[in-house]
Amino acid sequence: MNLSSIKQLASTKPHFIFTINFSITNSFPYFSSVKMDEFVNLEATELRLGLPGTDNVCEGRERVSCSKRALQGAAENETESSTMKTETSPPRKAQIVGWPPVRSFRKNIVQTKKNESESEGGRGLYVKVSMDGAPYLRKIDLSCYKGYSELLKALEMMFNFSAGEYFEREGYNGSEFVPTYEDKDGDWMLIGDVPWEMFVCTCKRLRIMKGSEAKGFGCDV
Amino acid sequence: MASVSLLFVTLLSVTLYINIKSFILWDQSQTFLPSLSDSVLMDRRFPFKVLEHIFSFVDSNEDRNSVSLVCKSWFETERRTRKRVFVGNCYAVSPLKVARRFPKMRSLTLKGKPHFADYNLVPDGWGGYAWPWIEAMAARRPLLEEIRLKRMVVTDECLEKIAASFRDFKSLVLTSCEGFSTDGIAAIASTCRKLRNLELRECIVDDLGGDWLSYFPETSTSLVSLDFSCLDSEVKLSDLERLLSRSPNLKSLKLNRSVTLDVLESLLRRAPQLVELGTGSFSDELDPEEISKLTKALSELKQLKSLSGLWDLLPEYIPVLYSVCPRLTSLNLSYATVQMPDLIDLLSRCSKLQKLWVMDLIEDKGLKTVALCCKELRELRVFPSGADLDETDVTLTEQGLVSVSEGCQKLESVLYFCVQFTNAALVSIAKNRPNFRCFRLCVMEPFAPDYRTQQPLDEGFKAIVERCKDLRRLSVSGLLTDKAFEYIGVHAKKLRMLSIAFAGDSDLMLHHLLSGCESLKKLEIRDCPFGDTALLENAAKLETMRSLWMSSCFVSFGACKQLSQKMPRLNVEVIDEHPPKTRPDSSPVERIYIYRTVAGPRLDTPEFVWTIHKKPEVGVSRLAIR
Repeated sequence: MNLSSIKQLASTKPHFIFTINFSITNSFPYFSSVKMDEFVNLEATELRLGLPGTDNVCEGRERVSCSKRALQGAAENETESSTMKTETSPPRKAQIVGWPPVRSFRKNIVQTKKNESESEGGRGLYVKVSMDGAPYLRKIDLSCYKGYSELLKALEMMFNFSAGEYFEREGYNGSEFVPTYEDKDGDWMLIGDVPWEMFVCTCKRLRIMKGSEAKGFGCDV
Repeated sequence: MASVSLLFVTLLSVTLYINIKSFILWDQSQTFLPSLSDSVLMDRRFPFKVLEHIFSFVDSNEDRNSVSLVCKSWFETERRTRKRVFVGNCYAVSPLKVARRFPKMRSLTLKGKPHFADYNLVPDGWGGYAWPWIEAMAARRPLLEEIRLKRMVVTDECLEKIAASFRDFKSLVLTSCEGFSTDGIAAIASTCRKLRNLELRECIVDDLGGDWLSYFPETSTSLVSLDFSCLDSEVKLSDLERLLSRSPNLKSLKLNRSVTLDVLESLLRRAPQLVELGTGSFSDELDPEEISKLTKALSELKQLKSLSGLWDLLPEYIPVLYSVCPRLTSLNLSYATVQMPDLIDLLSRCSKLQKLWVMDLIEDKGLKTVALCCKELRELRVFPSGADLDETDVTLTEQGLVSVSEGCQKLESVLYFCVQFTNAALVSIAKNRPNFRCFRLCVMEPFAPDYRTQQPLDEGFKAIVERCKDLRRLSVSGLLTDKAFEYIGVHAKKLRMLSIAFAGDSDLMLHHLLSGCESLKKLEIRDCPFGDTALLENAAKLETMRSLWMSSCFVSFGACKQLSQKMPRLNVEVIDEHPPKTRPDSSPVERIYIYRTVAGPRLDTPEFVWTIHKKPEVGVSRLAIR
């Protein structure tokens, strides 16, 4: 059932391909928070307002392009999760046909801009930046900055904090915030230790640590 | 003008009142009234000339449709005086009948595919062919001056036929059309000597190069508007410059993306009278001298009211636009990938702005600026910049729309894409702006509840339909139960178009809508769990509507058959790859498009569209004639 498959995919957990019949009772409007396992058992006792003989409704809908895509997406997630390493990103939401309802030429325009910047080798190095205590993440383009000072200034402006002064031995002095980054190996490093070019190549994401967690980086709190 | 309408209203009340049906049928074979009333009317009838004169003041086609239902003589007079003909669904009536009915037709507007075709929900080849209409008009109405088509398939043959058949042809406006190439446009440009408007809005064109531009006549042209923003290929600068020089009446010019920034100045110098400008790409490197020349050229456009294009606008070029901002009433920044601070910089200078299209890069802060500075704002559209749902790294939340609804008193039309929303925000928005006529909210996360309370968005949309009494168009999204649709059915009495996706719990949802919304004309639904019952119970309602689109719902093939057999004037079309015959009646149908028509089942259905036949024993017929 493509409808329920979509509802499943709306939650961000990896999940199984599952088809269920839709119930007429209003007992579960909050789909995304309910685990799929519970529904396995409910199937037998569900009330439905379908035409007689519609038990096999769900099976017949596989040809539907929308559910096809949803199922394909879910299938990919399954194989991914079976060979998953710890740092694999969460499965991408399956593409639903015609959603969000934006004209395709409008989608393509933003897309081509992204592709252009990506293909220009080195330009458009977007990495996510998180700050402890902030509700949402930001993304910045590392190729916009020529060095650490520019980067730090930008981060300070973006998140409204002060990083203090960087010392090679002691790390950042004068602030409870410590800018760190995750490198290719998955390790969390202090920003500023390696040469800028190396940093740009190996940086996967940034994180501005705060308070107690930052102690290990040898700064004065 | 007011006194004439008063006279007209008095006339209406003086003449015998005949039962005016709730929907329009153009079938001339229908008898309108019994002969008794007819003969009574003959005595009281106003002379044709007087009626004709009065009707010439009736512009709105809806009013004209009502007028034509009063009595036979009014029908005749009205049809002989109607100049602008609008057909909302090209399959609702045959081209021949329309051509015959309106001998003085000068302008024809047609719409083809269902609205959801914009989002790839209608497969290619579905239909909506312009050819039968153009052929019919070419044969019978050679004085036709304007053709406006939306979501139709237009071929080069069509365009060549237009060029060859209508000697006074003045205006061609194609919106979201496809099927033609630049050769067809060249035919129009070269042959239609009186051409005033040539607008290709968001069309898919087979672009064979920029030569078409050189086909305009060498002597001065009568062009008033030219829009080729959807084309890809480069046009020759010299062709464009010469065209502008010899088009003194040109008021609206929309360039395509391949027109680079360095040539813009030279073009503007030749068309200082422009009221609407769509620039090309705004991202090339200019040296300071070029920048100042461009700035000057823009400041010379004293009449400029509307600005669009601005592809890849670079922040350093925003000051170039400062001079035009104070006069702008319409600004389309939906291709300008600039960030919020730059947008604020620009928008804070646009105090007269009435229409703003922008991407969500504007963020809440930017919308707050809009609320403060753009007090004349009537229409706002905020499009998503990230292609995927995952990529939401902009801080655009419901707060942005709340701010604008607070600050902009005249706001009446909104299209807003947002990741999530709250009931409280919707209630605020409704309280602030009861004057909404069009409210389209797209919460991009399907089934997303109010993210603060985890409740469905029922209460929020209830506030919208309760308060906004003039609401004509509504798109709902987010987590919605049947209750939301009960509220819509009860309150949204003037609602004409409703779009729904991923919502509701059961048949009740559809039942509330079809039994409650009196003015509903277009309903489009995708991925909602209702089934057959509501559809069959409210079948009569469907004949009062233009069309109903349903995809990925639980309507069975059997119900479609029943519906089609019950309602003679509906075409029930099933869009499905596999022949419905091979499946049981109870199997659900993937996509259905139901529309009222007096033309019977259409003859141009492709392989995957099945019109349900009216005769039970036939079942389904394709009636495909190639």
